[in-house]
Amino acid sequence: MSDIIAPTKPAAVEAAPVATVALMDQLPSADIRAESPLYHADLATVAKQGPKTGGVTLQEHKLLGHLVIRGNQDNAGFLAGARAVLGFDLPTQPLTAAEDGALSVRWIAPDEWLVIMPGKEAFELENRLRAAMSGHVAIVNVSGGQTVLELSGPDARAVLKKSTPYDVHDRNFPVGKVVTTVFAKSQAVIRRTGEQNWELVIRRSFADYLWLWLQDACAEFGLVVKD
Amino acid sequence: MFYIYCPHCGEHREEEEFHAKGQAHLARPLDPDNCTDHEWGEYLYMRKNPRGLHHELWIHATGCRKFFNMTRDTVSYEIKEVYKVGERPTVVAAS
Ligand SMILES: [Zn+2]
Repeated sequence: MSDIIAPTKPAAVEAAPVATVALMDQLPSADIRAESPLYHADLATVAKQGPKTGGVTLQEHKLLGHLVIRGNQDNAGFLAGARAVLGFDLPTQPLTAAEDGALSVRWIAPDEWLVIMPGKEAFELENRLRAAMSGHVAIVNVSGGQTVLELSGPDARAVLKKSTPYDVHDRNFPVGKVVTTVFAKSQAVIRRTGEQNWELVIRRSFADYLWLWLQDACAEFGLVVKD
Repeated sequence: MFYIYCPHCGEHREEEEFHAKGQAHLARPLDPDNCTDHEWGEYLYMRKNPRGLHHELWIHATGCRKFFNMTRDTVSYEIKEVYKVGERPTVVAAS
């Protein structure tokens, strides 16, 4: 018996239309208060009353729209549909990102991307993507499941070094790169957005734990919270 | 600790990001309802435990969350190569 079997990948289905799915605008109406996963931490008050200078600045970019887009790169109708709606190509190169204004896309896996946009635009963008894409694709609104933190300042990198086994040296982590990796025994999608700026996409259920972790990790450098 | 190359991310990562998922290239019986208990049992439970080259399935659990295969020497722990699911290993034990 031959020990090694290596089944080939089935060909992408190109022509089939996107299956009809029940869509729901996840944003509550204006009279319902939306709460970020760090609502209880009251970062606005911490920002007002806390120190104004320090080595690390932390800001939550809360209540943004997060869409996970999945599809096969061999499916031309998928890539073309994404380009038509986003206005730029999905970053198919591993560990890269693309953005235009408030709309940004991160490579997560060869068939998975994370799109982040202003919260109120998520439902409309999802609908437009569904209309434009064809074939075997999936779009899931995960806005309620995660939040975005930005670490910046001269000591932001030092905090990352304490928190992740990933090599954050310039040589390995240039501006624009995005990696999903271990962060403080949890997981984060880390994108370098500037020389001293790092974006962390973290899970809702870990947000409080990571907020506590970051306060502790930043203490030696001086933590400034920005609203 | 292993320093493992993920063929999907295209770079090396710490072992902490991965999980080993056991022997690779397991052939699932094509017609499970009509195979013998012996065949099904072989598929479900029977695994190799070689001294030397071993083909294993791994997942980049906290990274791209994709599976891939790895050929590893169980004596020296040396990773001989990684390759995607669907590809064939180039490093194989002499039979
Ligand atoms: Zn990977």
